[in-house]
Amino acid sequence: MTVEFLYWAGCPSHPEARELLEEVLQARGIDVAVDVREVRTQKEARELAFPGSPTIRVDGRDVDLAGAEEPPSLSCRIYRLANGRVSPVPTREQIEEALQ
Amino acid sequence: MSLTMATEAPHFELPGVDGRDHSLDDYAQFPVLAIVWSCNHCPYVQGWESRMKSIQQDYGDRGFRLVAISSNDAESHPADSFDEMKARAEAEGFNFDYLFDEDQSVARRYGPERTPEVFLFDEGRRLVYHGAIDDNRDEDAVNEHYLRDAIDALLDGRDPAVRETPPVGCTVKWKA
Repeated sequence: MTVEFLYWAGCPSHPEARELLEEVLQARGIDVAVDVREVRTQKEARELAFPGSPTIRVDGRDVDLAGAEEPPSLSCRIYRLANGRVSPVPTREQIEEALQ
Repeated sequence: MSLTMATEAPHFELPGVDGRDHSLDDYAQFPVLAIVWSCNHCPYVQGWESRMKSIQQDYGDRGFRLVAISSNDAESHPADSFDEMKARAEAEGFNFDYLFDEDQSVARRYGPERTPEVFLFDEGRRLVYHGAIDDNRDEDAVNEHYLRDAIDALLDGRDPAVRETPPVGCTVKWKA
């Protein structure tokens, strides 16, 4: 299994998302080195198909497939919650589902 | 650099999503004025928008007015274009003015770093509170209602107990 964590430092949500990812990995007993990459330029965002910060991919698959379709951008990413609200970080459930 | 406390609000005249131009002087009849740097695309702004509407709703008949300004570069972030601002204001039923600072000159005078970021002014239009709307992006986890507390203080003739907090949100998207 590969787990990628891509972030842009200009958005403040990445520490919270990284912590959540590590919590879920630990809770599920998954021992994997997370590939953490900082996206610094719009060129890198295009090359990595980075739809916003943070982006988490498990075996290359985004934890939020709908959001993954957004154009590459150095911006904060929007995650849509089941209750209709939005969040700058994915939910625990989205990460857990991607790890199954 | 952001305005320092007690600084007078810089003048502005900007187009609003309602098709009219709005200047600082247009709000002179409101003793308490909150100018919130905002935008369309940011999840932090979207998370706080309902609270912005609630604050305008709750204090609107007590001499308070909330004005949102977006200064984001719409070329790098097309979701923040004026047309998209108009669409979002209509779709979300904004009960506050939403203005477009296309050349970013107003943002340069006020110095916001994030969206959302509040500048609250008293009747003399001196800055009395600057920072976050409250202490949590998650509406259900809010403990400190900074903006509401500051408005309450002004309406009661007091100075806000908390004058400055770090704004939390997306960076303002400056033109290259």
